[in-house]
Amino acid sequence: MARAVTPRRKTINTLAAWAIGLLIFFPILWTILTSFKTEAQAISDPPVFLFFDWTLENYAVVQERSDYMRFLWNSVIIAGGSTLLGIVIGVPAAWSMAFVPSKRTKDILMWMLSTKMLPAVGVLYPIYLLFIKLGLLDTRVGLTLVLMLINLPIIIWMLYTYFKEIPGEILEAARMDGATLKEEILYILTPMAVPGIASTLLLNIILAWNEAFWTLNLTAAKAAPLTAFIASYSSPEGLFYAKLSAASTMAIAPILILGWFSQKQLVRGLTFGAVK
Amino acid sequence: MAFHTRALLGACAVAALCVPATAETITIATVNNGDMIRMQGLTKDFTEKTGHDVEWVTLEENVLRQRVTQDIAAKGGQFDIMTIGMYETPIWGKQNWLVSLNDMPDSYDVDDILPAMRGGLSVDGTLYAAPFYGESSMIMYRTDLMEKAGLEMPDAPTWEFVADAARKMTDKDNEIYGICLRGKAGWGENMAFLTATSNAFGARWFDEDWKPQFDSPEWKETLSFYIDLMNEAGPPGASTNGFNENLSLFQQGKCGMWIDATVAASFVTNPADSTVADKVGFALAPDTGLGKRGNWLWAWALAIPAGTQKEAAAKEFINWATSKDYLELVAAEEGWANVPPGTRTSLYENPEYQKVPFAKMTLDSINSADPTAPTVKPVPYIGVQFVAIPEFAGIATQVGQEFSAALAGQQSVDEALAKAQTLTAEEMEAAGY
Repeated sequence: MARAVTPRRKTINTLAAWAIGLLIFFPILWTILTSFKTEAQAISDPPVFLFFDWTLENYAVVQERSDYMRFLWNSVIIAGGSTLLGIVIGVPAAWSMAFVPSKRTKDILMWMLSTKMLPAVGVLYPIYLLFIKLGLLDTRVGLTLVLMLINLPIIIWMLYTYFKEIPGEILEAARMDGATLKEEILYILTPMAVPGIASTLLLNIILAWNEAFWTLNLTAAKAAPLTAFIASYSSPEGLFYAKLSAASTMAIAPILILGWFSQKQLVRGLTFGAVK
Repeated sequence: MAFHTRALLGACAVAALCVPATAETITIATVNNGDMIRMQGLTKDFTEKTGHDVEWVTLEENVLRQRVTQDIAAKGGQFDIMTIGMYETPIWGKQNWLVSLNDMPDSYDVDDILPAMRGGLSVDGTLYAAPFYGESSMIMYRTDLMEKAGLEMPDAPTWEFVADAARKMTDKDNEIYGICLRGKAGWGENMAFLTATSNAFGARWFDEDWKPQFDSPEWKETLSFYIDLMNEAGPPGASTNGFNENLSLFQQGKCGMWIDATVAASFVTNPADSTVADKVGFALAPDTGLGKRGNWLWAWALAIPAGTQKEAAAKEFINWATSKDYLELVAAEEGWANVPPGTRTSLYENPEYQKVPFAKMTLDSINSADPTAPTVKPVPYIGVQFVAIPEFAGIATQVGQEFSAALAGQQSVDEALAKAQTLTAEEMEAAGY
C-alpha cells in the first residue's frame, strides 16, 4: 500500500530537492556569472554575486583570440561520431547478450566494465605510439575511435539493461513469422528500444563532449575540441579567471542546452532496471 | 584539345612557381601567458614577411609541459616549435632532442642575448632554445606601508631586514600581512621559491658527489626562517598559495611585500586590476651576506624538436619572434611596458625602455642570478631554482609536499627535512647516481 504524503512533507521534500539542485548547479552558475565580470571583480574579496557592472568584454576577447567554431565543430563530430559508432556496434552486442546469452555472458559484461577501471594514463604511451604509426595523431577519426572504445562498455551495459526489459516472446514471434536476424534487430527490437537507445545516445554524447584526457593528449591544432579550447585559457601566472569562465561557458553551453531539452530521456535512461 | 591541355599544364606550372616554394604551416605549442598571447596577435606580421602560416596550440603550463615532453620523447612530430623553459632545455639538448640554433643569421645578433639567459639555454656552447622572455624574482613592496612602518627599503636588502619589515607591516586585524610567499606544493611552486632562497642561506640540493643535503644546518635554517616568518607575518592558509593567489592578495592591498616572478610587476602596477598600482616599489631578492641572492632565473624559450619536417620555416619564426625587430614591433603596437622582458642587452640600453619603472630592477635581478654557480658551496648541477636533471621535477614535487605540510603545521621542520632527505636519497639511488 502506498504511503500517504502529507502536504507539509511534500513542501519539505520539494525545498530540499531545490536546495540540493542549486548546490550542485552552483559551480556552473558561478562560472557563468564570473564570465560577465571584469578580471578585478572576478577575484574581489568579498566576492560580488549579482550586483556588479555586467560586461561582455571577456566574450569579445575570447572570440577575437580563438576560432571557437573550429573547436565546436570538432567537438560535435568527435562526440557525435563516437556515440553513433558505439551505438552501431553496441546494439547487436547487447542483443546477443540479452536474448541469446551464453555461459560466459555475465563474465564478458564484467570484463568490459573492468576496462573502465584502468586509469587512462596507464595506456597513454601505447596508444600514443600506435597513433603515430597509424598517422592518427591530431585527427578527428583517431579521436572518434578512441572515445568510441572508451564509452563502448557503458553503451553496451545501458542497452543490455534496457533490452532485458523487452519480452523475448515478441522477438520469438517475429522469428516464427520468418524474420531474419537483421530484420529482427532493425524492425522489431530497435523501434521498441528507441527510448533506451535515445537516452544511451544522449548520455554518451555528454560523456564524449566532456572527455578531457584523450582529447588533450592526442590532439594539437587540427582536431582539438572544446576541452582544448578551455585549457588554452588556464594560466598559473596571471589572473584570467573571467576570460577562463567565458571560455568555459561557451564550451558547456551547447551540451547544457541539449541536456535541458532531453532531461526526461536522460533520467529514464539512468534509472533503467531500477524498479522491477 | 592537346593545345588546351598543354596550355593548362603550363599555366599550372607558372602558378606553382609564383607561390613561394617554401611556404609552410608551422604548429607551435605555447603557454597562456600575456607575452605569448600578444605574440599570437602579431603573427600576421610574420606571415606577411615570410609567407608561412602559423597554427597555435595554447595550453596551461603544466599540461603543456607534459604534452610536449610526451611528444618529443615518442617522436610524435606534432609540433614544429615548442615553448620550453630553462629546466627542459639543457636536459633535452643533451639528448639531441632539439635542433641547434648556432646557425642563426648574423642579423639575429646572438651576442645581444643576455649572458645569463644564453648560458641557461645552451649545452657545451650550443644554443638549443631562443629566449622569448626572461624573468627573475624580486621583492614587490607597498611603499605606503613601508613608510608607515618607519622603514626605507634598500635596493639590495637582507633577509633580516625583510623579516623585520614584514613583522612591522603586519596588521592582522585589518587583514594586512607583512609578507606573501609561495606555499603551494610543486617543483615550480614552493620549491622554486625555497630552492632559490636556500641558495642565499648557503644551502644546496646536492654536494659534489650527488648526495642530498637536507640534513645540513643550512637547510634547517632556511626552512625554519621561512616557516617562522610566514606564521608571524604571512596570510592565513599560505600553504595553498601559489603565484595567482598571492597576486590576488597583493592586488587587493593585503600584502606588505611579495617576493615572486619579475613578470608580476606589470600586473601589480596595472591600475585596471590592482588597487595599489601607484604604491608599489621594487627591490632585489634578499640575501644573508654570503654572496648569493635568493632570486631565480627563468626563461620561456622557443625550441625546435629534432626531426621536424619544417626546420627552415621554424627557424625563420624563431628569428622573427626573438629578434630586436620584434621588440620594436610590440613597442609600436602596445607600448614599451608590454615588450617581452629579460632577453636582450640592447633592450635595456634603449632610453625609451629605461623609463619603464620595473625595467632596471628586472635586469639587475636577472644579472645577479648565475645558473652555472647558483650556490655558495660548489655543486655538480646547473640551475638556480631547480636542478637540471630529469629526476628533479618528481623529487622536488614530493619534497615540496613535505615542506608545504610543515608550513600548514602538520609536521615539524625536522620531520619535513628528514623525510625530504630520505625520499631524495632513495630516488637518486634508484636513478643510478
